[in-house]
Amino acid sequence: MAKQVPIVEYLALEPTPHLVAHQCTACGARFFDRRNACASCGSAAGFESVAVESDGVLRAFTIVSMAAPGIPVPFVAGVVDCGGTSVRANVINTEPDPEHVTLGMKVRLATQVIGTDGEGTEAIGFGFEPA
Amino acid sequence: MAEDIWILGIHMTKFGKYPDRDTIDIAAEAALGALGDGGVTMADMGILAAGNLMGASAPTGQMLQKQIGQTGIPVFNVSNACATGATALRTAIMAVKSGECDMGLAVGVEKLAGVGLLAGGSRKSDSNTFTPSGRYGAVAAVDGRIGTETMPGVFAQIGMEYGHKYGGTSFELFAKISEKNHAHSTLNPLAAYQKRFTLDEIMNDIMIAYPNTRPMCSANCDGAAAAVVISDSKLKTLSLEQQRRAVKVSASVLTSDPYTESCQVLPDVNTLTRRAATQAYEQAGIGPADLDLVELHDCFATAELVHYDNLMLCEEGGAAAFFESGATWRDGSTPVNVSGGLESKGHPIAATGIANIWEICHHLRGEAGERQIEGAKVGLAHVIGLGSACGVHILEKSAA
Ligand SMILES: [Zn+2]
Repeated sequence: MAKQVPIVEYLALEPTPHLVAHQCTACGARFFDRRNACASCGSAAGFESVAVESDGVLRAFTIVSMAAPGIPVPFVAGVVDCGGTSVRANVINTEPDPEHVTLGMKVRLATQVIGTDGEGTEAIGFGFEPA
Repeated sequence: MAEDIWILGIHMTKFGKYPDRDTIDIAAEAALGALGDGGVTMADMGILAAGNLMGASAPTGQMLQKQIGQTGIPVFNVSNACATGATALRTAIMAVKSGECDMGLAVGVEKLAGVGLLAGGSRKSDSNTFTPSGRYGAVAAVDGRIGTETMPGVFAQIGMEYGHKYGGTSFELFAKISEKNHAHSTLNPLAAYQKRFTLDEIMNDIMIAYPNTRPMCSANCDGAAAAVVISDSKLKTLSLEQQRRAVKVSASVLTSDPYTESCQVLPDVNTLTRRAATQAYEQAGIGPADLDLVELHDCFATAELVHYDNLMLCEEGGAAAFFESGATWRDGSTPVNVSGGLESKGHPIAATGIANIWEICHHLRGEAGERQIEGAKVGLAHVIGLGSACGVHILEKSAA
């Protein structure tokens, strides 16, 4: 099997794919990127890694028809509420139209290969598919 | 308590395409227009605040002075996303309010015609070896792979999120908002586009990011706007005609986005707008029901809807019903974007936050011609820039 890397560090591939947030040890606010201190409470006490639920509800979406070069269109971009943690992602494995994608629909995390680099390493992306 | 501040002179250029003029040419037209409108000159100004987003690293204010008067006054070159113009105006207002000077000039200018789709800052090209980089440790460009950073897509989601929370929205509803603004634009000779569209035409135009089709997106164009602000005591030394045409700045507020749970995932344009509006109504001592007209930041049709609620023009959650009632058409109870809004008037970014003030002043002075909102006494101008920054100004007709 080809070597694999996640598209972003907050996607963990093992033991099963899931998202990992940095949670402020002072107030519990969650972030997916590297933070110097907490944007919510200002605490610099630090962050702990926590797994984010992989099941969620689609809270907002758009169907993008004009995008950056190399991105196939149309695709669905949205915001998923995963047990109280908001996650930005594409909605995948369904037709990108308003008949198949609806506000409030139940979705779950899914992964897909998004590319292979010159050394044969696969980049693994994620999205949410209808549950 | 600091004294009242007035807009003494104000000007906006026609928005559109100026292939033969540079940024400073357009800014100079607006600045000289505002000075002339106020009956004053550069020699009277104690501060210059200049906004230009695309050339944010250039000394736009000093370059402008080279063309209209190098008087040696302090210059503040400001950049604050789509709120850049409002930030320049607020800077001049703060300087006058503080007593450091009694008159100031604020200018916002942009050359944007022909610029394509605007997106956020994280786009990077894909490399031949996957190497994690940046704060997300991304090995490839995430825009388009992990959601979208394109402006039409971001604001589409903002409108859809409102619909999910409160209901009542649809593709057709958002398109009807665009129909209204394009209809309004036919009365505005300074608008970049003055074409009325039918609802069918809007819904069947090119889809950019559902539910925003092309006419539901703000129009990239060139343009500038400028304003001269003055202290109450200085205004009283000027002619009765100048006093009569002066417009009172009853509130001037700028906010940034406070932390909310989902703001790292989808920009929260609601909380900072609601806070700015709350502060502005308090400062002015008036409520939303007192407004005779509103110019709000309809960068996309989906954005206009949420700002009805954020500016408290309707009950919380009631924006769709409020629009469906006809309230925001020019003959409604709270006319919104009678200029045509950003969707048709155009959105030369840094000019927008002063051009919307110009529109309000035009009506309060009774000088808006065909599109005059009869008897307008109070108006509100709102802008928002992603990042985020929100400017709200409330303006009142002179009692003189
Ligand atoms: Zn915290």
